[in-house]
Formats: sequence, structure tokens, C-alpha cells
Amino acid sequence: MDLHFGDSMPTDEERAAVDALLGPPESSWEGAAREGTTAADLRWARGGRQARDRRDLLLPGLHALNDRVGWISEGALDYLCRRLTVPPAEAYGVATFYAMFSVKPRPATVLHVCTDLTCTAAGARELCAGLESGLGPGVHVDRSPCLGLCERAPATLAIRAGDPARTAVSAPATVREAVLAATAPDSAPEEPAAVSAVPQAGSEGLVLLSRVGVVDPASLDDYRAHGGYSALRRAFALGPAGVIREVTDSGLVGRGGAAFPTGRKWQATASQPDHPHYLVCNADESEPGTFKDRVLMEGDPYALVEAMTIAAYAIGGHQGYLYVRGEYPRAIHRMQYAVDQARARGLLGDDILGQGYAFDIEIRRGAGAYICGEETALFNSIEGYRGEPRSKPPFPVEKGLFGKPTVENNVETLVNVLPILTMGAPAYAAIGTAKSTGPKLFCVSGSVARPGVYEVPFGATLGELLARAGVRDRLRAVLLGGAAGGFVRPDEMDIPLTFEGTRAAGATLGSGVVMAFDDTVPLPRLLLRIAEFFRDESCGQCVPCRVGTVRQEEVLHRIAQRTGAAAADDIALLREVGRAMRDASICGLGQTAWNAVESAIDRLGAYE
Amino acid sequence: MTVTPLGIPRRLLEFTIDGEPVRAPEGSTILDACRAAGKDVPTLCQGDTLTPKNACRVCVVEVEGSRTLVPACSRRAEPGMQVRTDTERARHSRRIVLELLASSVDLSTTPGVAEWIKEYEAKPDRFGPDAARLNEEPRIDNDLYVRDYDKCILCYKCVDACGDQWQNTFAISVSGRGFDARIAVEHDAPLTDSACVYCGNCIEVCPTGALSFKSEFDRRSAGTWDEAAQTQTTTVCAYCGVGCNLTLHVQDNEIVKVTSPHDNPVTHGNLCIKGRFGYQHVQNRG
Repeated sequence: MDLHFGDSMPTDEERAAVDALLGPPESSWEGAAREGTTAADLRWARGGRQARDRRDLLLPGLHALNDRVGWISEGALDYLCRRLTVPPAEAYGVATFYAMFSVKPRPATVLHVCTDLTCTAAGARELCAGLESGLGPGVHVDRSPCLGLCERAPATLAIRAGDPARTAVSAPATVREAVLAATAPDSAPEEPAAVSAVPQAGSEGLVLLSRVGVVDPASLDDYRAHGGYSALRRAFALGPAGVIREVTDSGLVGRGGAAFPTGRKWQATASQPDHPHYLVCNADESEPGTFKDRVLMEGDPYALVEAMTIAAYAIGGHQGYLYVRGEYPRAIHRMQYAVDQARARGLLGDDILGQGYAFDIEIRRGAGAYICGEETALFNSIEGYRGEPRSKPPFPVEKGLFGKPTVENNVETLVNVLPILTMGAPAYAAIGTAKSTGPKLFCVSGSVARPGVYEVPFGATLGELLARAGVRDRLRAVLLGGAAGGFVRPDEMDIPLTFEGTRAAGATLGSGVVMAFDDTVPLPRLLLRIAEFFRDESCGQCVPCRVGTVRQEEVLHRIAQRTGAAAADDIALLREVGRAMRDASICGLGQTAWNAVESAIDRLGAYE
Repeated sequence: MTVTPLGIPRRLLEFTIDGEPVRAPEGSTILDACRAAGKDVPTLCQGDTLTPKNACRVCVVEVEGSRTLVPACSRRAEPGMQVRTDTERARHSRRIVLELLASSVDLSTTPGVAEWIKEYEAKPDRFGPDAARLNEEPRIDNDLYVRDYDKCILCYKCVDACGDQWQNTFAISVSGRGFDARIAVEHDAPLTDSACVYCGNCIEVCPTGALSFKSEFDRRSAGTWDEAAQTQTTTVCAYCGVGCNLTLHVQDNEIVKVTSPHDNPVTHGNLCIKGRFGYQHVQNRG
């Protein structure tokens, strides 16, 4: 590789931001100042494999620059590339992939205003208009996909670059509060505790949410006093094969949306001869309407640290990555603190609980890309490449992160492992139904009196869940499973919330999104927002998704005001494009991009 | 002496294509087997010298037991697989892919696509006159070749050829996301400010004519490009001792383009700037 750099130089600030992450450069090869050049510099090119092996620091490097300056300049990108021996063209491709980065100058403060479904229903448009007129040129207002704060819609997130970067969430946001958060993030009022998103908090019988609001999320002692680390002790007593057997017997399946049996995934990875084995926790929770993983990470962070340790122990891994979406500053902060505390106390590191088992967790931050929640796209993102999905096979259990056998699980899936080990597989499997075992978290938002994360055993009906959340009158539609899911009618309240029950009803559980809409929100506008979302978030790799999502949005624009025969031809066209997207796209994003629109047409009779 | 590598003997896998039993060496793709069996499967992003990227999805086929269609170009054949290449479902996706591409990209110089559009009865116009197109202008920033991204289907072949699969120059990458994704050098600068070494190996693999010799681009603009009148002569490059094969494309006694045979064991279709573009001295008659 023969790297070529332009003449642009980094500013002192940009240089400092990169050096704070990577340490000072060792030689002028890596971009050190010329006057420091030594004879050795002229003899050795410090590139090669050793430098290229640090490619995975590209995304953290881009974050470092964006956090400090607010955007990524030519000189800054070139300097980062020199430090990591990455071709500038590739780094530019990565930087322009993520929505939270900018390669053009912009103000240091960016205010992300969620304009996704729940927030739009709660008045995000008016909020945006007010903010754009109320804020001066010093703040860049960015219309954002779901910020995962649906229980407090409408939501805004202000990020001010600096050392350190400051963030302020305002939700539910008024123009006045959001302006304050954007102009003075330090003096913005404290965000309410995670427990405010858990209406059931403190009630008896909770399994996954039992500690949220009960323990101090910063205190490891508090976590241990409430049953923490008993599951890991049990895991060490069972041994790796025993843990996998328990998880398999429990019937646990992935909670991220695909519902793959977790035990089988662990077994397949554990038995791979190639090493090392990696554990990746997918906390890139970007499905519109989903916020359960945020609540878990903010309210009970040590549970995830313990669960990741158990999973890695079972699969024979010693390194775990926790990939948290960039829109979750508080969850990232809490998890980082929890990981640091656990390491300091010997619960991560070389000799966990004196058992001679070594494991550590590295936290990686996403930068605004729904597609990175796709498991293989997430690997590419961690590795410092564009977050584009890989083609499968090979599957991650065989060739995953860095080409090695990898288990990737969602936050909620992993947290379920703790009760499986403490109560035993049979007791866990007795919760729920025969085919969908255990408790499940649902993210209820929209037209309900008490939005939030609800824990119910599998098998409760949609109606029961909505009644518990206090569904309001004049319900028009419920979106199950998020933008990649589908709509159901108000008269379908007896759908059992299980994988098999929703499937039988022609719907999907997805990541556990339950969004209620009343008749004040025009359905075509919701569908258009969903189509915009997929068009924005398509990575662009395959044709059906890259162009299909654009055509879908165009058609929905065209028929927004039409019904009946006037829309029939365009709906037929939508069906044809949708079918090809579902059949021929590389990954789940394109394959599901037409689901919600199709269900609205077929089940709700939109455009009739 | 030319050594022809024989490789390890490979097992033959038995499976069926459209109900007919076929045998293909282990490691073959479905596409290899289809072509060996004489089945016509359209391809755009597949390249004979590159690892399949399966980005265009025009080669999709049905495989028994698979939830979605699978790309024939990259999926390896497995014993007992039941492949169907010509079902209504596969044809539907191919037709839509052709319509999506033809309605957004200029495919006028893409070989084969006009026949496929006819065969699959694709109607790109049905998305209406307002359907979004790439709307890119040709980028003419050097004397050797032109990047006309209005014709780019984003097949990644040029990126792969420039990067770790052949040239290891890494001058270009995909930038942006979704419909706004484009092939670009860093900071979207002109080629002359990039790492490009003008080997032209990206032109060699481009399936749509988005990348072309300046000599071809100029003749096409002037309406004097006439492939039927061109002769192709394969010779050996005289610049150094490697001995790369060059195929000179000659029109009106002028070299208008230089390629290299993809099955040549030395080049695999790749050249350097001298072999690719250093032909002017031949026709310097002054």
C-alpha cells in the first residue's frame, strides 16, 4: 500500500484530539513534526501489518475529531490516516457513511431533533419549525431518525463539540427547553432517571427490570447486594458446556428481532476450531420505537457486564465488544463507568473471580447508522470499514468479527441469561409459552397514557399490554415491531405477543416495539416517514434497496392525497418493487423495508 | 517456461439446476455451474478477475429451502442443492432490478443490458418522469480517462481493482450512503489530487462504460466511436521485461483503447500506466 496525502495540515486542536486517542506519533512517518525527524525515521517506514492492524481505531478516531471540533476537515482526516496507515479515500468513505459525522464545516453544536413516528405524532414538526426560527446560526439543527426516547416524545439531543464534548437531552422537549439545551448544555436540567421509562418499576415479579430504579446504576456494591454476580458464579460452577446446555434448554431466542436460538448460536461458535472467539453485544438499538436496551444499560449496567462475561466464558472468548449507538450518550457513559469499575474490582481482566478466566470488554460507539444494527454491518463498523452488511454464508459463528468465530447478541438477549442461570433452565422455560419462553420487554409508545418499557411474560395479548399502558380512545392502528415490522388493526387486540402468535396473525414481534396511533395522525404521513427512514438508512450496496427505497418513497409521495382507483396503479407498482426488495436485497434492511407499508395497505386499508 | 498451476484435485459436487443433474468442482459458484450447463444468467457486477461482490442482484436464482433469492455469482454450490434459474420469482426480481437501474442510471453503454431489458420485459419508464436519477456530469480532470458517474451502477468493481484485489493503490472508495453513495477519491477531489497511478485497471473492469479512455469518451461525444470498425490485436508490451500482453483496439489506423486479456497469466487483465496509456509514441507520425 502506497499512501498518498494532500497538503492539508491538521490544526493543533485536531492533532491533539487524535493524539489523545492514539498517543503521540512515534515518527514523522506517522505525522510527527518535521523538526523531530531523526535518522531512524529516514530508514524505517513504520507501516506494515502492525499499523494496519489498528484499522479498527478509525471509527474511534473519527469520533475523537468530531467530538472535539464538530466536523472532520481534510487535514484532520489525513492526519488520522497517517497515524493508522489507512488510505484517505477509504477513510473518507467511512466518514461520509455515518449521519453524525460531517466532512463539511458546521457549527460546534448540533441539535438532533427526532422526527420519527412517535415524535412526529407528538408534534415534532412544530418543534422543528420553532427551533429553526428560535436558534441562531450557531447551532445546526438536524432532523434525526428515532433517538430512542419515545416514552418522552418529542425528543431532542444536543451535542456540543469541545474538550470534552457536552450533550443534553431534552424530552419531552419544548422550544424553550431545547434552545436552552443547545445553547447551554451544561446548565440544561438533568435528564430524568432511566426508571422513569419503567412504569412497572419496583413491582413484584419483574425478572429483567427488577433492578432498574432499585439499585444505584453507578454502584457495583449495590448491584452485588441485589443478586449481582450470582449468575456468573453459577456459570463457573457449570463450566462452559454446562452454561450452553442451560441456555439451550431454556429455549432463549434472540430478542433483537430475528429470534434465532441463542444456545445454538453459542454452541456453533464454541465448537469452532479457529481462534480467538469474539463476543459482540449489539446495542445499536436503532429500530424506530425501540428503547428497552437503553433503559437496561442506563438502569442496570452491571447486569450487561455480567451477562457478557458469562456469554464469553461459554463460547471460549476473551474479548468482548459492546457496540452502543452514538445517540445514547448516557448509556455509553454508564456502561463505560460500569466496565471500568468491574475491571478495577477484578470482575473483568485476567483473573475473574479468581477462576483464572480472562475477559475484557471494549465499548465502541456508533455514529448514526441504522444498518450497523445488522450483525455483519456491525462487524465492518467495528473493524473501521463502511458499515455495509456482508453476504452470508459464511455466517458470523464461523467468520465474524476480524474474520473469527463470533457470537453477536442483543442487550436484552444477554440480560436474559442471568435469570436462566440463577433460576435454572426449567423454571425459566416455564415462563411464557411452550415456543416462546421467558419474559419479554416491550417498548410501548404513542397514544397511551403511560408509555415506557413493559416486562410481560410471552403470551400476554396485545390488548392486555395496551390496557396496562393506558391506551387512549380512538385508536386507529398499532405498529408492531417498528419500521421493519407491520401495522395491526384496533380490532386485533387478542393477538398473543409471542413469536408464533404474531407470525400466525401475519405480523411480527420484531424488537418489541408497540406504537399506538390514534386517528389524529394521517396514515399516509406515517407511511411516508417510514419510507423516508429506509431511504435515508439504506447503505446503498445492493440495487433493490438502494433504488427501491427511493422509488417506494416517490410513490408514497405521489399518492399521499389519493385513494381508491386513483392510487391503484401506484399501489400495484409498490407491490412489485416491494416484492423484489424482499426477495433480492442483501440484508434484512432491504428485505423488510416494505413490510410496514404493505401491512398498512392490506390490513388497515390505507388509500382505500 | 510457463508453469500452469494444476492445483489440488477437486471433488465434484452433484446438484440440480432447473431439475437437471449437474456436476461442478467443489468451490464453484452457482453461476459457474449455470454457465457450464449453458444457462443464461445475466450479470452486471460480477467480474471474471474479481471476488464477487453480489451488489447488483441481477443474477439472483431460487434455491430450494432459502427464504430469499440467492446471488448466483457468489453462492457456492453445495451437494444436493436444487437451483432454479428461470422461475417467475427470480425473473420478477431481475426485471425490477433492471427497471430500478435503467430508471436511475444511464445504461446506454452497458453491453447486454438492452437485450435483458427486452427479454425480461422491463419498463423503466413506469416510475414516471419525476423518478430520481443520479444526474452526474462527466468528470474530465486528466488527459487519460474520464469518470462519467451518471453511468455508474455502484458495482464496487473499480474500488476492488484499485484496492486490495489488484492494484493496492486505494485511490477510490465508495463515499456517502444509500442513493447518494458515489465512487470518489478522498474529499471528492479531482483525480489529479489523489493517489491514482493511472493504471486504468478500473476501466478494465467497469461494466457500464462509466470509466472510459479519454480517446473513447471524445469519440463517443463526437459520434465517431465505431466498435464494428475496430480491430483488436494482442501483442506484448515493449516497455519492460515483464512481458504483459496488450490488446490494441485500433480504429482508423489509430490506437483508441488498450486492454489486456483477462486470462493472461501475467496480467489477469491488469496493466500499468505505460502499457495502458503509453501508446502515443506509436502514432506520433510528425
